[in-house]
Amino acid sequence: MTRAFSGRPADELTPDRLARDELGVDDVRIHADTLEHQAQVAENHGNPQLAANFRRAAELASVPEEQVMAMYEALRPHRSSAADLESLARELAAYPAPRCAELVREAAEVYARRGLLG
Amino acid sequence: MAAEPAPTDNAIPDRVGRIRFMDQQRVNLDGFAHEDVSLGLVALHSPADPEPSLRIEHGVVVEMDSRPAADFDVIDAMIARHGIDLGVAAEAMALDDVALARMLVDATVPRAEIVRLVAGTTPAKLARVMALLRPAELTMAMTKMRARRTPSNQAHVTNRLDDPLLLAADAATAAAYGFRELETTVPVLADAPSNAVAVTVGAAVASPGVLVQCSVEEAMELEMGMRGLVSYAETVSIYGTEAVFVDGDDTPYSKAILAAAYASRGVKMRVSSGAGSEVLMGGAERCSMLYLESRCVSLARAMGVQGVQNGGIDGASVAGSVPCGVRELMAENVMVMARNLESCSGNDALMSESDVRRTSRTLPILLAGSDYVCSGFGSIQRYDNMFGPSQWNAEDIDDWLVMQRDWGVDGGLRTADVYEVGRLRRRAAEATRDVYRWLGLADFTDDHVERAVDAVGSKDLGDPDPMVVLGAAQAIRSSGLGSLQVARALQECGYDEEASRVLDMLAARVHGDHLQTAAIFNESMQVLSLVTDPNDYAGPGTGYDPAPRRQAEIDAIRQARGVEDLRADQAQWANESLRVVGPAAQGGHPQEVVIGLSPAVGRTVWQTLSGLSVLDVLRELLAGLEEESCQARVVRVNSTLDLGMIGLTAARLAGSGIGIGLQGKGTALIHRRDLPPLANLELYSMAPVITPALYRLLGSNAGRHAKGATPVPARNPYTDEAIEARYHTSVVALVALERACVDRRLGNEDLEVRL
Repeated sequence: MTRAFSGRPADELTPDRLARDELGVDDVRIHADTLEHQAQVAENHGNPQLAANFRRAAELASVPEEQVMAMYEALRPHRSSAADLESLARELAAYPAPRCAELVREAAEVYARRGLLG
Repeated sequence: MAAEPAPTDNAIPDRVGRIRFMDQQRVNLDGFAHEDVSLGLVALHSPADPEPSLRIEHGVVVEMDSRPAADFDVIDAMIARHGIDLGVAAEAMALDDVALARMLVDATVPRAEIVRLVAGTTPAKLARVMALLRPAELTMAMTKMRARRTPSNQAHVTNRLDDPLLLAADAATAAAYGFRELETTVPVLADAPSNAVAVTVGAAVASPGVLVQCSVEEAMELEMGMRGLVSYAETVSIYGTEAVFVDGDDTPYSKAILAAAYASRGVKMRVSSGAGSEVLMGGAERCSMLYLESRCVSLARAMGVQGVQNGGIDGASVAGSVPCGVRELMAENVMVMARNLESCSGNDALMSESDVRRTSRTLPILLAGSDYVCSGFGSIQRYDNMFGPSQWNAEDIDDWLVMQRDWGVDGGLRTADVYEVGRLRRRAAEATRDVYRWLGLADFTDDHVERAVDAVGSKDLGDPDPMVVLGAAQAIRSSGLGSLQVARALQECGYDEEASRVLDMLAARVHGDHLQTAAIFNESMQVLSLVTDPNDYAGPGTGYDPAPRRQAEIDAIRQARGVEDLRADQAQWANESLRVVGPAAQGGHPQEVVIGLSPAVGRTVWQTLSGLSVLDVLRELLAGLEEESCQARVVRVNSTLDLGMIGLTAARLAGSGIGIGLQGKGTALIHRRDLPPLANLELYSMAPVITPALYRLLGSNAGRHAKGATPVPARNPYTDEAIEARYHTSVVALVALERACVDRRLGNEDLEVRL
């Protein structure tokens, strides 16, 4: 059974509950476990890269909106120094979001070589 | 509409009329360029495109497409690290280009096998293979390789005022016509949240399961996605060279995080690329458009996005300006499909002023079928399209429906009932007004609702206050309002069904099944995707065929007519003016002319193709005869519907030996009793354009023949319109009505005519 981010079973997302103001934003937000399930489906359908993206997404599922947006901003060209990216990677690793941390470290390495650091 | 063709230079003396005439045709408004490698103005091959290569050491790519890892730019780096299936790379790269190209076309090679092999190819390798496919082969490859079995289509829904009521009415209209994704955008960035709400409400009025996005600057688009104001994101641009990518203020890594961010909130996402963007930014690095796009597609796969919008989006006309450019656009889409991704296959920005040329560009993709045939069919007026005019626009919807029907293919659209469109537009405008009021966003007047319902475009709205929309948008953004509150507002305002539909789309985000490749929802809220509806084309008799119900939708265009429709139309004109007097005998008066009518005239056929009633025609014929002081008699010839025989029969009955034949459709002739049936004295064959004056002339010319004179024959009117296309279905039905009235036993009957 699929559960929302809040833990509420997805089949409880009914008009009645909406009318009783019982549903909150976390009830219509995807859960990390669901993304892991979707990753497995993608893997079984010839797209390991899509699976990897869903696994990064699963890590971000619990990261607050502002932080996700800040992370995107930090990875844009000439925004961050090597140290900035390393601290972002550590922060992510601590979440834990190890796959995202790895992508940030990889970006830092490539950015350094290509002159894309801030 | 676009500008008229440029005035030709009539002053140039060596241009003869035929050339001046050709210069004036609309295709000559388009820009055409000589190939120029230095600018990247080259479609399929450039000498600067690298030689395909792949060297792997200890499980790491150390050289790709002739470039050593130390020189990888940021695009190469991500492709090399994530984008290539190293397990299959040796096998795939060793395959002869022609062999792989043939596999793409060979119906007996399964799609999955090609997907497996292509995963091991580098960008340069796949570009070379694609360049080998000729247009018909690309069409075959697309038929087989697209991810989803069921084709679909996407619409632009925008207007230059960001008017919420019109956006909602137009979103409902687009959904009613079958579009499963609606993309809006804004002329005023800050209006974006309001547009997202209005299109969401409008879509929910017309159909469950319509995906909605609002294309704006990346950060704001992400914010709206995370808040649940939109259900997919598309305008996440990627480019084929590092310099252009960075000029666009992104890198493959920032975009990869963006992809994960959207998925982390259950939002479907695809990237956008396409030929010409690097050329337009002056950064093509002497490479061909196909190679650069191959890099984009490889990168899309490496980033882990489910789909790509390409096929020359904003750069379509750049590709179209060079030889094989249109072929290149289609090859881009097939590359996406071969990399096992969703294809949103261009046919988006208008790439030509010529209707012939834009049809030529789109047709193979419509025939093959694509996950989204258009990545932005402008469902609204050209002037209201804030992406710029599309390849296909509101004025083309009927054309599209007819093309689907002509070829028996599914281009994603269906005919909406004309009254239903009116009902849906009203409900969408009213629901949006009520929701905005309930949420405290804005108040709209009844007059505004009325105008939005009936509007062809925003020019019909008058001059609404732009601050109202801006204020609503700011209120949505600052309050953090999302689709859950929109659904709640719909409930409160009495739109329960629409509320459920918005809630269902939110629930879909919790399930995440629509994050899989090429996912759409059908109207039963089932996900159709690579996973649930995989393309299984394997030659004739396999793959997608519209189900009977869908086929009926495709076939049932509102303009289609049958004999019964025509019979009912004709019956509206029926009256008592023609009465049978008795059997017609041979006339004796030397100046008598007989007008012979076909069997259905005055029974089931009352109106000719020109729109004149048969009585109007008779009035003119009789007046013409009277002018010549001839005696006239009207006879119905029941034995035949052949006009020659009707005219000859009339002539034989006439005392003068001159007869007029008139068919119900309006075709007429003058006959003489001693001529063979298929001969005549004058034939008025262009029934749809025969005027009352011409029928009168026919009457008087018949009279002159009766008196032994030789009148100047009438000239048949001329038209260069597709007169046969317009009238042939009516002719077939009229002939059927005539045939049904043929009865030899009735003989020829004298008629009394009361005008």
